[in-house]
Amino acid sequence: MAAWQVMLYAVLPYAAVAAFVVGHIWRYRVDQYRWTTRSTQMLESRWLRYGSVAFHYGAFAAIGGHVLGILIPASWTDAVGIDEDAYHVISAVGGITAGVAVIAGLTILVWRRARIARVRVTTTRMDVVVFALLAVAVISGMAVTILNNVTDTIHYRENVAPWFRSLFALDPDVRTMDGVHWVLQAHVSIVWLLYALWPFSRLVHAWSIPVDWFRRSPVLFRGRAGRPRHASAARSGVR
Amino acid sequence: MPIRAQMGMVMNLDKCIGCHTCSVTCKNVWTNRRGTEYVWFNNVETRPGRGYPRDWEDQDRWRGGWTLDRKGKLKLKSGGRIKKALNIFHNPDLPTIDDFYEPWTYDYEHLISAPSSEHQPVARPESQISGEPLDLQWGPNWDDDLAGSAEHAANDPNRRGALEERIRMEFEQSFMMYLPRICEHCINPSCVASCPSGAMYKREEDGIVLVDQETCRGWRYCVSGCPYKKTYFNWDTGKAEKCTFCYPRIEAGLPTVCAETCVGRLRHIGVVLYDSDSVVAAASVPDEHDLLGAQLGMFLDPEDPEVRRRAEADGIPHDWIEAARRSPVYDLAVRWRVALPLHPEYRTLPMVWYVPPLSPVMSLVEEGVDPDVDPGDVFGAIDQLRIPVEYLASMLSAGDPEPVRLALRRLAAMRAYKRTETVDGDADAALARAVGIEPEDMELMFRQVAIGDYDDRYVIPKAHPEAGPVDPNTLQGACGLEWVDREIRGGEVDDSFDLRDHIVRVEGQAR
Repeated sequence: MAAWQVMLYAVLPYAAVAAFVVGHIWRYRVDQYRWTTRSTQMLESRWLRYGSVAFHYGAFAAIGGHVLGILIPASWTDAVGIDEDAYHVISAVGGITAGVAVIAGLTILVWRRARIARVRVTTTRMDVVVFALLAVAVISGMAVTILNNVTDTIHYRENVAPWFRSLFALDPDVRTMDGVHWVLQAHVSIVWLLYALWPFSRLVHAWSIPVDWFRRSPVLFRGRAGRPRHASAARSGVR
Repeated sequence: MPIRAQMGMVMNLDKCIGCHTCSVTCKNVWTNRRGTEYVWFNNVETRPGRGYPRDWEDQDRWRGGWTLDRKGKLKLKSGGRIKKALNIFHNPDLPTIDDFYEPWTYDYEHLISAPSSEHQPVARPESQISGEPLDLQWGPNWDDDLAGSAEHAANDPNRRGALEERIRMEFEQSFMMYLPRICEHCINPSCVASCPSGAMYKREEDGIVLVDQETCRGWRYCVSGCPYKKTYFNWDTGKAEKCTFCYPRIEAGLPTVCAETCVGRLRHIGVVLYDSDSVVAAASVPDEHDLLGAQLGMFLDPEDPEVRRRAEADGIPHDWIEAARRSPVYDLAVRWRVALPLHPEYRTLPMVWYVPPLSPVMSLVEEGVDPDVDPGDVFGAIDQLRIPVEYLASMLSAGDPEPVRLALRRLAAMRAYKRTETVDGDADAALARAVGIEPEDMELMFRQVAIGDYDDRYVIPKAHPEAGPVDPNTLQGACGLEWVDREIRGGEVDDSFDLRDHIVRVEGQAR
């Protein structure tokens, strides 16, 4: 167990989570004004339509795949009757579809940001860093998926997954990461960096998924503090 | 059920000379910043014309406002929340900045730094967004005063359908009018309903629609949801911004900047009372031609003692109720019906109303353009000149010419009535009664519409600081940028007053 392994697989995860949690609390308290998608659709809509939709839906699928592959132990899926071969087919088809969507989407998004002057001027230094990290993360992730299907070198359900779950027990099982394919190691570490930078970047908009939207009345009123709030004028019946 | 007070505005289009002073003063106050170069909370459009953003009235394309579903229930024209949520990564109905215009400046530096040459150097236009050279093809008020109208006015969405053929014929004898526009501060605002984050709201006290800059997350649905395209996206901050009805001035009893600086003195501001239970029903009437009547039916007569008693019981301050009794908006829109809402068919119950312009009709009569019309017979002219009456109706009454005709007839009757008074020395009451207005009311209408004294045009009750957390008096005389000043100049500012102390204290009270 080398020092760099302890750094990457015991120190980095907790440091990243700490930055993630503390950073979000700090940002939420002091910087509501800049907490936004900072959409550039006003400036360029045609390419965004393909890039943004492919990227976001691909990302949702990829996140779902990670939950299935990393958080859920192989014994659980076995127990519900999904054997190794079936799992492999699901992960190959789903993983490659999601990966292609994310990579295609991100490529379009990066291209338009670099090439279209209007969009370029809205790009911050943090955007560049996050886009670069995202690019490395999705390309290495895609490489892992492909390697997993054409070679017999990945086995993430036997090394990365148990190690990841051991983090929650506050007893990181660094040894399991011995001998893991270097692409997978790079993927894991880059993603921790991404988590660490998350609260300080435009990625915060992911936590603004408008859940309350589906519960609230369409037309909202706000009164001065101390005055009684009347029911919304449109609450009864408008949808 | 609760009675609410709502600020409203009436603009008398007969008086608008299209000088754009309202737009310029508004812009200098509110949108003179990076990210909002293209934003005009107030703009003035030439009609016939395409408007700003281009063809904003074409709701088949933009799908703003409300519509009725098959069961007759009100719903957003752009679709429900699930559909919106699925499209949140790319809003299919969002205009791009090219539909407004790409803001530009000129390379003035070149005039000074250009080397000596045979020809004078030229300051070329360059984008205020990207800084790149621009080949100007469209800009603010590109079709001002019918400029290029052969190309542009033909696209005016109000000319669609049956009107198209006739207007093309009449267009050779063109008419022209101006349409100043601000946010409508609707009673049933579709922008507010479209906002996923709940950042947009109506103020309970005065109905002004605002965007909470702290809560806005930049999902952009307010921009496409507003059929008037009066919510804008600041491309720099990534947040929505819109006309504030100059609420800091309104709270102090002052008219909005656009109204205050209007050269033609054509804007009227006042309060109306409405029954908040009647909103959904009024916005849901099946026939678009009934929407105007339904909206008028929502407004409560402040002269009715029962209405005043209920309003007071619902927490509306006494001076606001008294202001509602003197409201120029109530008088023009409800009592005399000479003011009409802009595109009531969007079902947002807009609160900026317009007195239709009589002048294009009058000039066509006086110039004898239509051989069928007796120049002495203004009423005949109003009835027979299908344009612009039907054109006006497509903007102001969902295409129903009757309300426009009534307003124009009353305005014409007012002129005739006052003419008999000044020329004959004896006002002809029959002229007033012929359009259903008593002579005393005709005098009041004349004072409001023709004379328009400052205190008649603006009846704005002040905000009640005791009702809320922020006492504006604590901020009186303070410069909002005082701490910036201190940081720049380093201690030169009087330290005895620090605005930040007040803001902290005020926030503390609020929570």
